[in-house]
Amino acid sequence: MMVKKRVAVIGAGMTLYRRRLKETGKELSYYASQMALESAGMTREQVQSVVMGTAPDAFDGIHMKAENLADGSGADQKPYTRVYVGGGTGVFAPIGGWWHVASGLFDTCLVVCEEKMSPCHPHPQTAFRTIWDPIDTRPLNPNLVWIFALEMNRYMTVHKIPKEQIAMVAVKNKRNALDHPCAQLGANITVEDVLKSEVMVWPVQRLDISPPTDGAAALVLASEDVARKYTDAPVWLDGVGWALDTTYWTNRDLYFPEYVAVAARNAYKMAKITDPPKEISFAEPYDPFDYKELHHLEGLLLAKKGEAPKMTAEGVTQRDGKLPVCPSGGLLGVGNPIAAAGLMKCCECFWQLRNEAGKRQVRNANTAVAQAWGDLQQVGTVAVFRR
Amino acid sequence: MSEKIKHYPGTELESADFKSKKIITINWRPNAKYAWTAGIGLSRYLEELQNGRLIGRRCNLCKRVLVPPRMFCEQCFRPTDDWVYVKDTGKINTFSIPYIDADVNRITTPTPVAVIEIDGASPGIGILHRLGNVDIKQIKVGMRVRAVWKAPKDREGSVNDILYWEPIKEG
Repeated sequence: MMVKKRVAVIGAGMTLYRRRLKETGKELSYYASQMALESAGMTREQVQSVVMGTAPDAFDGIHMKAENLADGSGADQKPYTRVYVGGGTGVFAPIGGWWHVASGLFDTCLVVCEEKMSPCHPHPQTAFRTIWDPIDTRPLNPNLVWIFALEMNRYMTVHKIPKEQIAMVAVKNKRNALDHPCAQLGANITVEDVLKSEVMVWPVQRLDISPPTDGAAALVLASEDVARKYTDAPVWLDGVGWALDTTYWTNRDLYFPEYVAVAARNAYKMAKITDPPKEISFAEPYDPFDYKELHHLEGLLLAKKGEAPKMTAEGVTQRDGKLPVCPSGGLLGVGNPIAAAGLMKCCECFWQLRNEAGKRQVRNANTAVAQAWGDLQQVGTVAVFRR
Repeated sequence: MSEKIKHYPGTELESADFKSKKIITINWRPNAKYAWTAGIGLSRYLEELQNGRLIGRRCNLCKRVLVPPRMFCEQCFRPTDDWVYVKDTGKINTFSIPYIDADVNRITTPTPVAVIEIDGASPGIGILHRLGNVDIKQIKVGMRVRAVWKAPKDREGSVNDILYWEPIKEG
C-alpha cells in the first residue's frame, strides 16, 4: 500500500456513555467533536475532511442518518464520508480517516462516531430483525445473541474452556471501568455473580454481555508535518487493517475469527511489527461479550489459539499485568454504543499513549492495538497506535 | 477519558422518564411492507424444501458442496456447476439455548437452536435451525440429528417446512 504521509492522532473526545441520553445524535456528535478539536488546539476551519461512523439506521429510525448527523460532526460544506461495518465501524472510521490523510489528499481529518440506540422500542435488538437474509434465515425469527451464543459455545467446546475463565473478563473490565468517568457499567463483581446472572441465551448470561448505549466519540487526525505544528506529543496511527468474511456464517468454523487475523496481519505488517505479543504494550480488543475479548486476543495473534483464557486466569491481561487488555473498561464496562464503541477504544489508546489516562494509566506503554468486530460475526477492523 | 478533561457532556435519562412523559418524545411506527424474490439459488432451495428434500450446489473447482445453494462460488468467483441433493441428517456443530426472542421478550420454555452440518455437503457446511424432541441437558456438539418435516400438505416452500431436528437414536 502506498503511504504518502505518516498519520498522527492529535485530539480525542467523547460524551458520557449511558443507556439513554437526552441529547440527540446530532448534539452528541457536536459535543464529542468539539472536545476532540479543543484538545487538539484546532478549530473547525482547520478541518479539511470529516469521516462519520454510525451503524444501523434502524436504531435511530432515521434513514441515511449520517446526513442527519453531519452538522454535529463539523462537516458543513466539507468533504464528508460515512463508513459502516456494523460493530466494526468504530475502528473502521479512523481507518477511513487514515485513507484521507495517508493518501496526501488532506492534511487533517475529523473522525466522529455516534450511536443512539435508545429511540428503538421495545428494545434496540428489534432493529436487528432486519439484519438477516430474508429468505434463508429471517423466517426462523433469530436474535443476534443466539448466534453469538453459538459462536461462544463452539469456542468453549473446541478448546474445552471453563465458563469461569470467560467470566473473569467481565469481572476485570467492569472493574477497570470504575476508573472511567464516562462509563455506564463500572462495578466490582465476582466470577460467581456472572455465573449466577440471568441466562439470556445459554451459554451467554446477563453479565457476559455489554449493554445498549447512547454516546459519541471523536478523534482528530493530521499528517505528520501538520501534527507537529499543533503538538509535541502526537500519537501515530502506524498500521491499519480490515477484512470481511462470508455472510454464510453457518458455513465456517466459528471457533476462530480468521477475518480478524487477516486484518491484524495487514495492520502489523504496515506498522512493521513482527512479534505482536512482544511489541504490543496493551490492547483494546472488541468485547461486547466477555468471550469476545478472548476470541479477539487470539485473532489479533496476541495469544495462541485457545490460550487467551489461561492468560486471563493468570492475570496477564490485568491493567498492571504483562499485557493489559481493555484498560478502559471495554464495552462490558464503559458501554456499547455500536459504532461509537470502537472509537472509544481508539480514544483510550490515544490517552494512554499520552500518559493522560489518570487512574487507568498503564505503565511504559509505547505501542497499542485497538480492534472492532461486527456484522454477522464477519468483520475485523484493526488499528495500531504508537507514541 | 483524559485527566486533562474535567467535564464530559451527556444528560442521563431513566426508562421511567419515557413512561411518565417527563421528557418530550415524538413517536412513530413504520408500516413498510416488502416482497423479496428468493432469487435463482434459493428459489430452488425453497421448492425442494416443499418436496421434503435439501439441495445444494457444487463448485467443481474447489469441490465444495454448498448449502444453502448459491449460483456462484464466493471463493473461486465463478459459477457453481451442479445441483446436488444432500441428506436431511447431520451433526450438531454448535448449539445455544435462547431464553429471549427477537424482541428480547423472555421465553420460559426455550427451543434450542444449532448450526447443523449437513450430511452430503462439504465438511463444516451447516445451516441454522431449531432442535426438538430432546432434553436440553442432553444436547452435545457432535450429536447426530435428523430433520422432522411438516406434513406435505402443510409445507409452503420455507425453511420452516422443517419443524426441527431431533437426535438420531443409536442402534
